[in-house]
Amino acid sequence: MEESELMKNCEALIIGGSAGSLEVLLRVLPALSPTLSFPVIIVVHRKHGTDSLLPDLLSGKTSLKVKEIEEKEQAMAGTVYIAPSDYHTLIEQNKTFSLDYSEKVNYSRPAIDVTFQTGAEAYKGKLVCMLLSGSNSDGVNGLKSVKAWGGITVIQDPETAQVSYMPAQAALQLKIDYTLSIEDMADFINLLS
Amino acid sequence: MYSEVSLINDEQVEILLADLLDHYGYDFTGYSRASLKRRIIRLYSLDKALSFAEFRYQINNDPVYFKRFVEQITVNVTEMFRDPVFFKTLRDVVLPKLGTYPFIRIWLAGCSTGEEAYSISIILKELNLLHKSLIYATDLNPVVLEKAAQSMFALSQMKQYSENYIASGGQLDFSSYYTANYSLAKFDDELKRKIIFSTHNLVSDHTFNEFQLILCRNVLIYFDRDLQHKVLQLFDESLQPLGYLALGSKETLDFSPLSKNYKRVPAEKIWRKVS
Repeated sequence: MEESELMKNCEALIIGGSAGSLEVLLRVLPALSPTLSFPVIIVVHRKHGTDSLLPDLLSGKTSLKVKEIEEKEQAMAGTVYIAPSDYHTLIEQNKTFSLDYSEKVNYSRPAIDVTFQTGAEAYKGKLVCMLLSGSNSDGVNGLKSVKAWGGITVIQDPETAQVSYMPAQAALQLKIDYTLSIEDMADFINLLS
Repeated sequence: MYSEVSLINDEQVEILLADLLDHYGYDFTGYSRASLKRRIIRLYSLDKALSFAEFRYQINNDPVYFKRFVEQITVNVTEMFRDPVFFKTLRDVVLPKLGTYPFIRIWLAGCSTGEEAYSISIILKELNLLHKSLIYATDLNPVVLEKAAQSMFALSQMKQYSENYIASGGQLDFSSYYTANYSLAKFDDELKRKIIFSTHNLVSDHTFNEFQLILCRNVLIYFDRDLQHKVLQLFDESLQPLGYLALGSKETLDFSPLSKNYKRVPAEKIWRKVS
């Protein structure tokens, strides 16, 4: 994997996933550098009412600080942020988070598209978005926005995904910058720093 | 419906917000921009506007379209007994305390289409408090209030609402509260008798009464910090000593200087005014 100049400017990484993505996160997080120079924002589909479980589960897997997003909070480097269930997470121009209880998008709230799209406008060319395993196409339109605003698009190699539909749809609908196996993800992320 | 780069840019959003303030006196400038912009673009695309100029002209010159615009850029998604545990705390802790008062005044700010107002009415009725209560349900948007006053909701939602009701501590047959009418569930008029639906804009209107309970859930998330402080101040002015303030599950009083005068009800986003 080559390091590009673009990647050195990374100001935020957003990871979106659905069915089969938790396992990937549990494997990738332990291998992340404890001194990442950007925030990692995670949006995964899950059932409403299981809120505190995911940050607890993930914080046991990394020395990075892991927390659930609070509204109006500033995104800080070296922190892993988890989008709360049953709200959309939006990123403002000043890099703070907003929460929104509007209609579901792609039958999902949080919708990966919403965070990718607002993140793309806030971070423009300095954003990396990664779409993992999942069974619907949430996140695909978001990746198109990321591309349009000059950011970098990454998908989990559909071959390695428990449910390949989501990353496969992304690959079908736009030109993806990087397609990664689970083993390569942590190195890729650490190199962005 | 979908576009990769925004149909409307940040400057255009600001132009529209300035127009709304100038022409109609509606001040959205304290709203968080990402959500607002997303909803404006959604409407622009939904209504197939031909250009920004045309879109802007219609908002400024067509009062009917202006109403639609305000309805569509604000979030009106709500449900009955949303967050059942919250309503269980209202039922078990908050309302019994208020039941000792001769009269209970409740303000539901940002009531949207009324689902929460009817939920509270149902609990008050079951606690035998409805006869001495009054619920002021307000929203900035007259369109949703008209809908709220009809006390009719989609029948397809009733299974979910019934589950929420039971999880919130309700023990009766939820379907006894409504009559099915084609695709709608019409709730008993008795539930509505103690609800006053009225317009009130949290941004620009003042306090209008003193309450023992103020509920404003999932409204502050759309406001920036300055506006949040201002609205919390308004609630504080409108709340009796020992009254309760209830916010949404992701909202908090913690960042406000007012928080020192409040004591939180454990595990819930409910604060009691103690001084």
